[in-house]
Amino acid sequence: MIRWLLLLLGGALLGGIVHIATVIVLPRTATQDAYSRLAAVAPVNKVTPLPEPAAGTALMPLMDPAMALAVCRYDLSQGPLKLTVPVSPAYTSVSFYTRTDVAYYAINDRAAGRRVIELELMTLAQHEQIPEEENVTAADRLIVDSPTTTGIIAIHALAPEPGLMPKAAAAVGAATCTQTQADAGR
Amino acid sequence: MRLLFGTLFTLLVAAAVGLGATYFALTRGAAFGALRIGSWTAWPKTGTADADPYARAAIARNGTLPVAVGDGVSFSATTDDAGRPLDGRCDVDIDGVTPAARFWTLTLYGVNGELVANSVRRYGFTSEEIVRRSDGSFGVTVGPRASAGNWLPTGGIERYQLALRFYDTAVGVATKAGREVPMPSIVTRSCP
Repeated sequence: MIRWLLLLLGGALLGGIVHIATVIVLPRTATQDAYSRLAAVAPVNKVTPLPEPAAGTALMPLMDPAMALAVCRYDLSQGPLKLTVPVSPAYTSVSFYTRTDVAYYAINDRAAGRRVIELELMTLAQHEQIPEEENVTAADRLIVDSPTTTGIIAIHALAPEPGLMPKAAAAVGAATCTQTQADAGR
Repeated sequence: MRLLFGTLFTLLVAAAVGLGATYFALTRGAAFGALRIGSWTAWPKTGTADADPYARAAIARNGTLPVAVGDGVSFSATTDDAGRPLDGRCDVDIDGVTPAARFWTLTLYGVNGELVANSVRRYGFTSEEIVRRSDGSFGVTVGPRASAGNWLPTGGIERYQLALRFYDTAVGVATKAGREVPMPSIVTRSCP
């Protein structure tokens, strides 16, 4: 009896380790995460407008049907990216996600304070390579550091009422993400 | 032989406990830093780079892009204020005011986060299109049958969830649940 209780206790302790290990490993092995779903429809380093979510056709769960969404699936291994997003009449936001869909930065039209949101996205290593004086002279240059080489940029524009959806979709569709320089060691 | 059975037993217990705990943690929303106001719950930290391992695992499993904290915050509700699960065959009243935000949207989803088909193709409301009372508060009726005012159709499904998203708002990681964040009440009015 004692023996089985001890074995049960040992099993429960081992179970705790299994639990922690599965929680930590899961994001790296998930095949149906947002990045994988978007990889099927969105080419690399190009803004892809997603179709308006509807019952049965939404690409991801919990998408906001009042928001027009375009994504840029990025890969910075060949150099930094430049992102321009024209601001829609109501509300526009740009959110950055790592390869494992963790949001690390977001900015909206009011925080950007302009008609066009302009950003540069690069890895920390690429940021360090920028000459310092260049960094200072371009004070209004907005640089975002990506913790991972690949990831997703999500560009949202709100349609305050369904009739304004085409305008919001046009705004996110006019966004661009382009590579600014080819890597020397290609 | 006894050793073999003992080892097998221990490993089975470990697998059941470990995988069971992971499954429950990810389906019940076990991430840290939950902000609960009434029957609404938000995990503002899930939209930051500081997201804890549970939040990261839940994001990967569900396949969603979480609302980033610089963008807004997303509250969800699966029960009414009395703790009763939201039932698409009942008439449910959402009533009150919302915290300050530039825009908000209210959306109805099925239990897996899918949009619910209905005859009028309405999945939710935005703060701009909702009809308010003279004091600025609003009331939404969620139910299977059309009703006057702000009607959010359920399509008659058994269980659903509501998402209330605030865009460009001060509500976030630093927010404490309490009086400064008024959230609308959810009351089941009548069930057939």
